[in-house]
Amino acid sequence: MPEGPAPAPVTQRLRVRYTKRGRLRFTSHRDISRAVERAVRRAGIPVAFSGGFTPHPKISYAGAAATGVASEAEYLEIGLTETRDPARVRADLDAALPPGLDIVDVVPVRAGSDGSAQPKPGAFTDRLEASEWRIRLEGVSSDDAAAAVAAFMDAGTIEVERLTKKGRRRFDVRAAVHSCELDRRAARAADAPCAILRMVVRHSTPAVRPDDILTGLRQVADLAPPSPPLVTRLAQGPLDADTGGLADPLDPDREIGLPSGDDAETARGPQRPQPGDPASADAVSA
Amino acid sequence: MPVESLFPRLEPLLPSVQKPIQYVGGELNSQVKDWDAAEVRWALMYPDAYEVGLPNQGVQILYEILNEREGVLAERTYSVWPDMEAVMRANGIPQFTVDAHRPVTAFDVFGVSFSTELGYTNLLTALDLAGIPLDAADRTGDHPIVVAGGHAAFNPEPIADFIDAAVLGDGEEIALGITEVVREWKAEGEPGGRDELLLRLAASGGVYVPRFYDVGYLPDGRIQRVAPNRPGVPWRIEKHTVMDLDQWPYPKKPLVPLAETVHERFSVEIFRGCTRGCRFCQAGMITRPVRERSITTIGDMVDQGLKESGFEEVGLLSLSSADHSEIGDVAKGLADRYEGTNTSLSLPSTRVDAFNITLANEFSRGGRRSGLTFAPEGGSERMRKVINKMVTEDDLIRTVTTAYENGWRQVKLYFMCGLPTEEDEDVLAIADMAKRVIRAGREATGRKDIRCTVSIGGFVPKPHTPFQWAAQCDHETVDRRLRALKDALRGDKEYGRAIGLRYHDGQPSIVEGLLSRGDRRVGKVIRAVWEDGGRFDGWSEHFSYERWTDCAQKALAGEPVDLDWYTVRERDEVEVLPWDHLDAGLDREWLWQDWQDAVDETEVEDCRWTPCYDCGVCPTMGTEIQIGPTGRKLLPLSVV
Repeated sequence: MPEGPAPAPVTQRLRVRYTKRGRLRFTSHRDISRAVERAVRRAGIPVAFSGGFTPHPKISYAGAAATGVASEAEYLEIGLTETRDPARVRADLDAALPPGLDIVDVVPVRAGSDGSAQPKPGAFTDRLEASEWRIRLEGVSSDDAAAAVAAFMDAGTIEVERLTKKGRRRFDVRAAVHSCELDRRAARAADAPCAILRMVVRHSTPAVRPDDILTGLRQVADLAPPSPPLVTRLAQGPLDADTGGLADPLDPDREIGLPSGDDAETARGPQRPQPGDPASADAVSA
Repeated sequence: MPVESLFPRLEPLLPSVQKPIQYVGGELNSQVKDWDAAEVRWALMYPDAYEVGLPNQGVQILYEILNEREGVLAERTYSVWPDMEAVMRANGIPQFTVDAHRPVTAFDVFGVSFSTELGYTNLLTALDLAGIPLDAADRTGDHPIVVAGGHAAFNPEPIADFIDAAVLGDGEEIALGITEVVREWKAEGEPGGRDELLLRLAASGGVYVPRFYDVGYLPDGRIQRVAPNRPGVPWRIEKHTVMDLDQWPYPKKPLVPLAETVHERFSVEIFRGCTRGCRFCQAGMITRPVRERSITTIGDMVDQGLKESGFEEVGLLSLSSADHSEIGDVAKGLADRYEGTNTSLSLPSTRVDAFNITLANEFSRGGRRSGLTFAPEGGSERMRKVINKMVTEDDLIRTVTTAYENGWRQVKLYFMCGLPTEEDEDVLAIADMAKRVIRAGREATGRKDIRCTVSIGGFVPKPHTPFQWAAQCDHETVDRRLRALKDALRGDKEYGRAIGLRYHDGQPSIVEGLLSRGDRRVGKVIRAVWEDGGRFDGWSEHFSYERWTDCAQKALAGEPVDLDWYTVRERDEVEVLPWDHLDAGLDREWLWQDWQDAVDETEVEDCRWTPCYDCGVCPTMGTEIQIGPTGRKLLPLSVV
């Protein structure tokens, strides 16, 4: 059996922030990885491949929001065999992806940005200390939700049970929740009666997911929304313990001299439909 | 009248169903046209789960051809899984298209493509969810015309009660033809209502409208005759044949789903039709004559399809792809073009021929190496003569030896069980053949890690084939032979572990047999099974043989016929078959002679390379064999 030539080496690595908006929130992680691979091919981006009998494109994902969960801040890393302008890659890849899977930021990995010549494996995922979530509860009054959140935050520990890959597990959900508050203004502006929660949750093992927190809210305060909540990840990144906010995890990779976070802000500017906005739900079919 | 999207009502329900992405649409290259600007609107369905239906070539081709036309709109719908069906019923959501989530009942034409008869119960689910009466006779001007197509439509009699019309053969031109008839009728203000529209379609000659034909039966249950029941309707309905496939290079923009599907590749049909003359093969009989796409069109389609889709695999489809007159140049040309791009090429349906190893070597240059599959179909030399699979055991051994010498470690072999005249030893011969394959591989390579997988399907006699008169083998016999084969392989110390065996039990084949050769009375069985909860009969986890036998017994209680009568009974030459008025072009006398030749173990050559043997198709249908070579070559793609 003829062996092929050795695969071309990686000369540039890019970190990419992308979204899962509108009806694209129903994609699974595997769906997204297939869609990205095909978009990379269509966009003519010189992705590097692994060697061996079944070469795979060098694209890796940092965590992934669950099927059904929308996100404004998912991350992947892609290895290229030729150096490309990150802004061009952002535009080309975004154009090749379906609306809803939007590329909002592309930053080259800065050699030594993690304190070494070669970026350490896992170094980037280490930056993703916490997530900010928005949870929209249909048909729940803001007062009921506020009472439940107060009871939740007052509790010392809240043990919930969930079926994980390792079987049934019982774990505390309270400790991971750094903050949780009601967004009454957004709820008032919504198209239907609802309560909207915003919370910052630390990444931990086992992972405390938004649905675990909803289980906790049901346990401590009988909060039971009549229909499945709409969950959106708004951000991921290093947690500033003082402000309780999340920093942009791509900042350490940006060139010194550029105001940090600037690219991300402009890329995610107001011209893009936001989840929860009726316009975004129709973006795919309209 | 504006037709609103059902998506806002659907979306809150999606988190509660499995794989919700299959219901949201938005595939790359899918399109949503303006509803009000369209004069004729088609809902196209593949009656199986999205993951099976989305890659279907027939639906993708018609979707693109129809949407390309001004004033015509086509959207797609697939069978929803039982969990989704329950959610839709509980919330009053009708069968919807995935493109714009419009209710199927709002369309003018509801076209359903049946590759297999096991999709019939899924048709009833879709009709019922859509709010379309199951009985075609109960439908009004508010309902779409329900048209069946696909290979199963060559005998649509079992679903005659549920469809308004059926179309035989290639769909490209007739879909546009139907569109024009509907457009004209609507433009005239829908004179005469639904009945008039169906009459116009029937009178055009290319559309079978079952309600315009009466079926009479003899006291013993056989059909007496099938005749038109009103003037202006033809006695026979002919199949459609698209000539010059280079004029129809579809799909140009393949649909690329977000959800995972059974085929994740861009497929190009390199030719249509097959005249190898395998007697069990309905596809080979009803798609004649052979019509090739030229090497240059194939090259252009692959180039465009890959650019449009981003797929990393190309499949060259046909009933026997290595038979393309320029397949060597196609293989080499594509391998040259895509070398180093991590694009893999595959050639399904290869015949037993050492030449195929050369092709496979070319195709694996692209990087990935898929498995090699050969289909001797029959285990014994005698059996292969009966089915006209002109392959000797020495051919096979030569071929697999070349494969193993070229670095392949595993080959797959396809066979059938339950073929006409089959005896136990014909099936046991599969074990001997598999052992010889392993022995040859070990000798050729000096290695011990040589494997082969034997895959066995149950034979089902199909309409418009020489075996349409044959008795189907009962499932007990099929199961007994398969068990004996399994024992013969398992018990072999030297080779047993090198040979894998894959097969299914024989019961589903009996139901497929009932639906394949059934007549209009079988419709009662289908309905009873569906009412009893029958869904997704092609899926072993949903299929219930007991349900089918119980329902057949009850539904046919007042008839002189039963399940066995439809399946394990041999027919004689003069019996009127339910599909005799549907014309695939095959001369009935030729088919009967071929059936006699089968029993006599007489083989028939391929008419591409030997004189015409008068199967009847070309003169009846006004068609001809269209093959190369063109002498042209694929040039390297210029970099833009």
